[in-house]
Amino acid sequence: MPEAICMTDPSLVPGQTGHGDSCTPANPEPAGGGGRGPRRVKRLRLCGRLFLSTFYISAFTFGGGFVIIPLMKKKFCDELHWLEEQEMLDMAAIAQSSPGAVAVNASVLTGFRIAGIPGALTAILGTVLPPLLVLSVVSLFYDAFRSNPVVAAVLKGMQAGIAAVIADVVFSLGGDVLRSRQPLSIFLMAGAFAAALLLPINVIWILLFCGAAGIARGLYALRRGKRRPAPPSGQGPEGGRGE
Amino acid sequence: MIYLQLFWSFVQIGLFSFGGGYAAMPLIEQQVTQLHPWLTAGEFADLVTISGMTPGPIAINAATFVGIRIAGFPGALVATFGCVLPSVCVVSLLAFFYFRYRRQRLMQDCLSGLRPAVVALIASAGVSIAQTAFLVQGRSPLSLFGIDGVAVLLFLAAFLLLRWKKPNPIWVMLGAGAAGGVVYLLL
Repeated sequence: MPEAICMTDPSLVPGQTGHGDSCTPANPEPAGGGGRGPRRVKRLRLCGRLFLSTFYISAFTFGGGFVIIPLMKKKFCDELHWLEEQEMLDMAAIAQSSPGAVAVNASVLTGFRIAGIPGALTAILGTVLPPLLVLSVVSLFYDAFRSNPVVAAVLKGMQAGIAAVIADVVFSLGGDVLRSRQPLSIFLMAGAFAAALLLPINVIWILLFCGAAGIARGLYALRRGKRRPAPPSGQGPEGGRGE
Repeated sequence: MIYLQLFWSFVQIGLFSFGGGYAAMPLIEQQVTQLHPWLTAGEFADLVTISGMTPGPIAINAATFVGIRIAGFPGALVATFGCVLPSVCVVSLLAFFYFRYRRQRLMQDCLSGLRPAVVALIASAGVSIAQTAFLVQGRSPLSLFGIDGVAVLLFLAAFLLLRWKKPNPIWVMLGAGAAGGVVYLLL
């Protein structure tokens, strides 16, 4: 899928020559190795940072599911500036709509976006290793682990900390949605939150509904002949439409 | 042979568990307690508890746990690989379409509806983890109506710190864990 890789930021991934094997630390050539040397080294370093980032994000996602998204947003959008906020949200939606663990899916997407197929493989490895190692150790003596008061106390404190990190990210992202002053977006956010908490349905249905609502809004605007650009352009012509 | 069975079971779990997290639990239970005699009901309950206490996706935790108990560390590797494989294939396909067509109008409209929903889903994940954190489990030095005051204070402190100082979230979590360990054990 070379087209997809081409969407990657050219400043991050200058060369698309190497494939699959370019992440294995075979021989990190010094910078003087002709035209391909520095590129290989740069790609290698990118994959290295990607591995470390996904590894430690995965090591802190307790409970699974969407908990990983705020951590990825903090790391990849705010700290490393590898992804835009909107891209992160798009990828979260794709990850949730695909089968399997959300954390793994989101890692594949971000890894692919950042460094192509080697990036995706690196990101999977980084995401899968922490639970694999931790569970391997824990399953050997899980009775002691489960009833250890120190473990329970530390985990309880960490859960409170993770809840705070999620709340922080929700404040930033939710604030953006509110400031966009798009009644439909605000309505969808509130409705999806209520539905996810109160209704015993799979969240896939919520996402399908909201995607369809977005398309309906686009078609409605198209029929009225008002070509709007992407949503965050402030108060659109549909401002007085209400819900 | 056992490796093949493990692999195939977790391929099915990975392929048919939409929604992630606890949505995969019934499928895992069916595969590892009913279709195959790998875990007893009690062991499965332990698996659920431990998956929630340890980091990482629940399906991966389950794959590792079951794999190790059935066939040692190689079993864990095989089961985890099987669990990850289907999602990687499907996600790669979707990623291809996303990167190719995301500039299209229809795709833009669809994504504009999805983004607020994703924010809402993150918020609801936050609510469910706050519920487990705030409810009193065992002994708590500061509790009111079944709500753990220590956890709430830790949450508020961490939240204000994140808003004002913008530190690396990992330090906030580690700090909250250390503070929790000290407070719950000493008081």
